[in-house]
Amino acid sequence: MLTIAGRTFGSRLFGGTGKFASPAVMREALAASGSEMVTVALRRVDLADPADDIMQVLDRDRYLLLPNTSGARDAREAIRLAHLARAAGNTEWLKLEVTPDPRTLLPDPVETLAATEILVKEGFIVLPYMNADPILALRLQDAGAAAVMPLGAPIGTNQGIVTGFQVRIIIDQARVPVVVDAGLGAPSHAALAMEMGADAVLVNTAIAVAGDPVRMARAFAKAVEAGREAYEAGLGEARTEAEPSSPRTGLDFLR
Amino acid sequence: MFDTPDFDTLAGEVAVATAHDVERALKCPRLGRRELAALLSPAAEPFLEAMAARSAALTSQRFGRVIQLYAPLYVSNLCANRCVYCGFSAENRIERRVLSLAEAEAEAMLLHRRGFNHLLLVSGEAPGVVGVEYLEALALRLRDRFAAISIEVQPLSTADYARLFHAGITGVAVYQETYNREVYRQMHLAGPKRDYDFRLATPARGAEAGLREVGIGFLLGLSDWRAEGLAVGLHLAWLRKAFWRTALTVSFPRMRPASGDFEPPRAVGERELSQLLFALRIFDPDVGLLLSTREDPRYRDGMLGLGPTRYSAGSCTAPGGYAEPDAAGEQFSVGDHRSIDEVSAAIRAKGLDPVRKDWDAVFQQDEAA
Repeated sequence: MLTIAGRTFGSRLFGGTGKFASPAVMREALAASGSEMVTVALRRVDLADPADDIMQVLDRDRYLLLPNTSGARDAREAIRLAHLARAAGNTEWLKLEVTPDPRTLLPDPVETLAATEILVKEGFIVLPYMNADPILALRLQDAGAAAVMPLGAPIGTNQGIVTGFQVRIIIDQARVPVVVDAGLGAPSHAALAMEMGADAVLVNTAIAVAGDPVRMARAFAKAVEAGREAYEAGLGEARTEAEPSSPRTGLDFLR
Repeated sequence: MFDTPDFDTLAGEVAVATAHDVERALKCPRLGRRELAALLSPAAEPFLEAMAARSAALTSQRFGRVIQLYAPLYVSNLCANRCVYCGFSAENRIERRVLSLAEAEAEAMLLHRRGFNHLLLVSGEAPGVVGVEYLEALALRLRDRFAAISIEVQPLSTADYARLFHAGITGVAVYQETYNREVYRQMHLAGPKRDYDFRLATPARGAEAGLREVGIGFLLGLSDWRAEGLAVGLHLAWLRKAFWRTALTVSFPRMRPASGDFEPPRAVGERELSQLLFALRIFDPDVGLLLSTREDPRYRDGMLGLGPTRYSAGSCTAPGGYAEPDAAGEQFSVGDHRSIDEVSAAIRAKGLDPVRKDWDAVFQQDEAA
């Protein structure tokens, strides 16, 4: 079972609420995904308003809502949004996104770390979205992040895990769950992340904009399960050449 | 905090490994507990050549074709502990000596003139005589003339390690001697060292205090080396995760059946020592591995390039022994009596570079100083 900040999750696929054709489609797709954690953009929804079009279709008994600070350009803006989430949504959970460049939406490491340090002290459960930088991941964990969310590729690009080498290091060194976020365009990408040992993945665009989001959500759910099971079963390493069966290193000196 | 798993459980994990498990571990890109157990198992013995090859390749890739050199400096053989296996044990009738700061400095400068830049200060456990004040004062005297100074003394508190770090101490080595609690109890009859858990938590205290390097290990010969190897590997992995800023090393102090009147109950042979060393290298490609002058020249030369990254040379284990080569009261007799230049020549003969300086005191100088 996956545990983040003391809460367990039956599914290792986290969902999003953006880019769907309608709240109804979103609801169906999230149900099909089996997700138990769903991120919502604070700039998009009104957490305090039960009549909000997204909020009214999200069953809060079924999903843990993970408000995100999408749109924040620096730590100050992100912290203000976090305070809004706490006040309006009655939740300490926060997906911290600080993305000053509107073109790539790549996260700012300096501002993200600064905001994490402050928000953790204020009692938030902080899950920072970050570039796949292993040292940054360690610094964020030192600052008290409840999980780290390295990107596989820039958000919305469907490129898969182009940061694989770095993500592997992050997973090797992690003391908190690693959630691969952003860039996963196909179920095979999600499966690969799980085979690498990621604790979970977050998928939004690839499901929301699929021809049939409900079926795509189901496909991702299966891929995440398969990848996790393969990881736990213990994968063999792919090799490009055969190994000599009896290498000679010269141990003749041994007595 | 790290706690050693039940020793019998560890021994069992090693015992059940099969040749298939070993083959799988040798191909595994990132090894876990199960893979390490396989490499330490009797089933891995026929794979020693393959393990050596993997270990050599990983070592060369990570560390390059170099060997770091250091020398131990014994400042005192006074000890409050009664440890069955140790020459410094409180009940042993040996000549006891504590070097004055001036004597210790003179010994250090002798080593400096011989070409050593990395120093390991060693003592028995006598905190009233060689306590943090003594070590701090000595470090302050030596820091400008050595690239790195480490300590292998009694376990200290986090605050004391921090204090020593600011005085110029770079690293700490503290060996658990045995991870087997029952054997630990039998071997340590009296003295503060009887506290297994305090000792076990010492590497973490050193790392927490900011020391740049922490060394762990166990005494080869006290208990089942295979289970000990698994325990030290797990300790290593825990430290790596908990203290990602700290460089880690493992030493392999092997008791020789011939040394002293203590017969090691579970003597470890050369092939076994080699298997242990290769297994840990394959398990953790980044760990520094030390092979001291306890081993003889033939073995040390043979192992060059296969896994170890650091050698001592020209060592004397009696306080004052560098100035007076006949000084009595040594901890153990060394197996390799060659000088630093002779060891350096042997290293070069293997196509490796003997490195005498690989740190600088300036890293630890306070801005204000």
